[in-house]
Amino acid sequence: MSATEASHSEAHDHHDGHDHHELSFWQKYVFSTDHKVIGIQYGITSLIFLAIGFFLMMVMRWSIAYPDRPLPMVGDWPFFNKWIGEDGLVTGDLYNMFGAMHGTIMVFLGVVPLAFGAFGNYVTPLQIGAPDMAFPRLNMASYWFYLLGGVLMFISFFLDSGAAKAGWTNYSPLANITDQQYRDLFWTSQTQWLMAMVFLITSSLLGAVNFITTIINLRAKGMTWMRLPFFCWAQLVTGFLLLLAFPPLEVAAVMQLMDRLAGTSFFIPTGLHVGGNMVDAAGGGSPLLYQHLFWFLGHPEVYVLILPGIGIVAEIVANNTRKPLWGYKTMVGAVMVLGFLSFIVWAHHMYLTGMGTAISTFFQTTTVLISIPSVILITSILLSMWGGSIRFTMPMLWATAFIPMFGIGGLTGLPLAFNYLDLHLHDTYYVIGHFHYVVAPGTIFALFAGIYYWYPKQTGRQMNSFLGHLHFWPSLLCMNLIFAPMFIQGMAGMHRRAFDGGAAYEQISSQVYLEQGHPLAVLFNAIFRGGADLPVEVINLNLLTSAGAFLLALAQVPFVINFFLSMFRGAKSDERNPWQGTTLEWMCPTPPPHGNFDREPVAYRGPYEYSVPGEERDFTPQFEPDTRVTEARPLPSLH
Amino acid sequence: MDPVFAFSITKFLGQPEAASRHAGQIDHMNEVVHWFMLVLFVGWTLFFFVTLCKFHRKANPKASYRGITSHFSTHLEIIVVLVEVVLLLGFAYQLWSERVDGIPSATDKDVVRIRAVGEQFRWSFHYAGEDGLFGLVSAERIDAGNPVGLVKEDPSSKDDFLSPELMLPKGRKVVIQVTAKDVIHNLALVPMRIQQDAIPGMEIPMWFVPTKTGRWDIVCAQLCGAAHAKMVAKMKCVEDAEYQDWASGRSKAAKAAAVAVAKN
Repeated sequence: MSATEASHSEAHDHHDGHDHHELSFWQKYVFSTDHKVIGIQYGITSLIFLAIGFFLMMVMRWSIAYPDRPLPMVGDWPFFNKWIGEDGLVTGDLYNMFGAMHGTIMVFLGVVPLAFGAFGNYVTPLQIGAPDMAFPRLNMASYWFYLLGGVLMFISFFLDSGAAKAGWTNYSPLANITDQQYRDLFWTSQTQWLMAMVFLITSSLLGAVNFITTIINLRAKGMTWMRLPFFCWAQLVTGFLLLLAFPPLEVAAVMQLMDRLAGTSFFIPTGLHVGGNMVDAAGGGSPLLYQHLFWFLGHPEVYVLILPGIGIVAEIVANNTRKPLWGYKTMVGAVMVLGFLSFIVWAHHMYLTGMGTAISTFFQTTTVLISIPSVILITSILLSMWGGSIRFTMPMLWATAFIPMFGIGGLTGLPLAFNYLDLHLHDTYYVIGHFHYVVAPGTIFALFAGIYYWYPKQTGRQMNSFLGHLHFWPSLLCMNLIFAPMFIQGMAGMHRRAFDGGAAYEQISSQVYLEQGHPLAVLFNAIFRGGADLPVEVINLNLLTSAGAFLLALAQVPFVINFFLSMFRGAKSDERNPWQGTTLEWMCPTPPPHGNFDREPVAYRGPYEYSVPGEERDFTPQFEPDTRVTEARPLPSLH
Repeated sequence: MDPVFAFSITKFLGQPEAASRHAGQIDHMNEVVHWFMLVLFVGWTLFFFVTLCKFHRKANPKASYRGITSHFSTHLEIIVVLVEVVLLLGFAYQLWSERVDGIPSATDKDVVRIRAVGEQFRWSFHYAGEDGLFGLVSAERIDAGNPVGLVKEDPSSKDDFLSPELMLPKGRKVVIQVTAKDVIHNLALVPMRIQQDAIPGMEIPMWFVPTKTGRWDIVCAQLCGAAHAKMVAKMKCVEDAEYQDWASGRSKAAKAAAVAVAKN
């Protein structure tokens, strides 16, 4: 493979350059082209955005649980003074703003940048044995576009109009007509949301091109496709999803921007009549066109959220069961089929837009089909544990919990796949429960697993296990407290996006779920209603959910402490391979230097050779030519 | 409701009463799908916990290189696929087709036809009146006194009337043409197990047969602005005779008013 050889000689140039000219602080830590620094930048930024998105959600949860009580603690903040009602209550506008931004921030600024930008950037080149990404400057540009988009998104909260409030999906014509009363339309909520999205999409496209090129061209000697760690496969497919799915949304964003600023009518139908006035627009546009463009990204984006998480879990499960992944090749096939199918299921988000039999049949079929590779992936991971010698390290705990949590999320997707059942379940809390199980205790648990797993590679120290447990168990409990009741509320017919938590639909929300005197009702009342002897109605479950959300916030405190404290106080694990892993990232020094490897990385075998019969140790790394020779042959040119 | 399942998962999850003819089919299919999910979940969970105990490092210090050798998971995968095929072929395609291809014909006199027009933040229900024909509507005619923009010169509009409450006759086919004036709303009739996006610029029919009398909430199920949560309307299902009295009374009153306006 001449390409990889060339890249390695380039790596040496890098290395030499590094020796000769010391990089300035700015070049090294801020405007760095090193994939590891960029990965860490992505990681820290996205964790901050996750916290912001979480905070927005807590305000929403307060409003849902206590629509008639003033928002506590934040009353004096100038921002809230402007938006809360005179009585201190959360208004519909504030709720919609936080709702739209919670979705936007969690998806585009939190989870995807953490899963793809941070872990992808940091780990992928190490695992394939590359000195850096294929296009380091593009990589740097990708981060800065992301940051720019994020900052713009954040600033939009403080505009006169506040931030976007038409849902994270930003459907036309609501998005078009929102905040039209402001004189300077450019500096309003929806316009800035679109501007920020254009930056974020640009960032993702740059990242996607980079990942695909890197994984295809920069694999080390011997790193054949079937020796590629599953994590890298997941990142490769994710790269293709971003590359092919995001352009339609970028187009949609620009078109909606033109509708807003330049008087076009791409998404504005004829005869739109808002608040007693005809809308001054040419008309003739289609609101459904926007939905098609949005969900053509929107659905692959779901897999962008999940696949890196599954990749992380696969790595950690193999490492901690001390045995190979079960069905590695099948998993690779499944992830590719999944990636392909994710492009032809998008209209299942639009089942209620007036869909005929033919189109509905097509999208129901593809939607059900996509469950097959999904089941293969999760089953393979589950079956990989059988026969293992499982050590429940911190990363493994999170990865283990991921399996049933993701399972619940996946299974509850099944009824939603059918157009007919969506006549009852569409846009209810059932849907909210479903996709949050996939992304929150699913993907986010996988991301925590990844942080605990690769933390020692960068810092040379382990994260504290006591604080880790203090983080894990309450998080697991709270996630279920939050999302399990949503299935009940959804089945009862409670719909999403109501700032009063559905109180106005008294008849639906007051259905009795637990009779008076039921032991669980007694317990519930003892905790939430001062021991009152009342039945538990569907709407009362909001108290449980919101309490879960507030406790979940508390449960993240040990993580934040652990994350920073362990950098200085964590148990030292200076050696290169603290988890006795097999993949290439464990052969480079800790922390990996600029250029990553101090000897040539060569892959001699598959990625998960654990507990090979006849071997002394229970792991046989990819990078060791023969188990009896522990040192790989050093590269002559380095010495 | 469903004799096959002594214990109903969907009921356990709080599924409310149903009040339309096809609602039973939806609830039944929902029940079947949830049983399938429960079986898979319980099976996988048992396997999961057995694995965690049996192959804990202390219980099994030496991992097996080969792992599971049985083909059980392949068989399971095939079973899952077969059940999904049955759900699609046996239920999903056909039932959906009944919904969208089986819309009662416009010439059928027995059918109750209603237009539902959504706006921020209320619904107007437009009834065709005694002639069974909707008058023309035009966005340019919309004003405070004419919320759906009826063209008053059109003869078929004279007996049309509006109602803020959705009145339905028990036992008759109801076709509701759903649309909106400003943004996308969604007309969700939970006890009827039906909902339909109300999209400006489009008029999309949905149909059902109410089977129970009662009065229920109508939910707006698509984010439509600041007061989305408060966009409450009511529907009332009554016996057919009562409905006919109500409808013809309202229709005659509308006609009389139209004549009075024309005379002035």
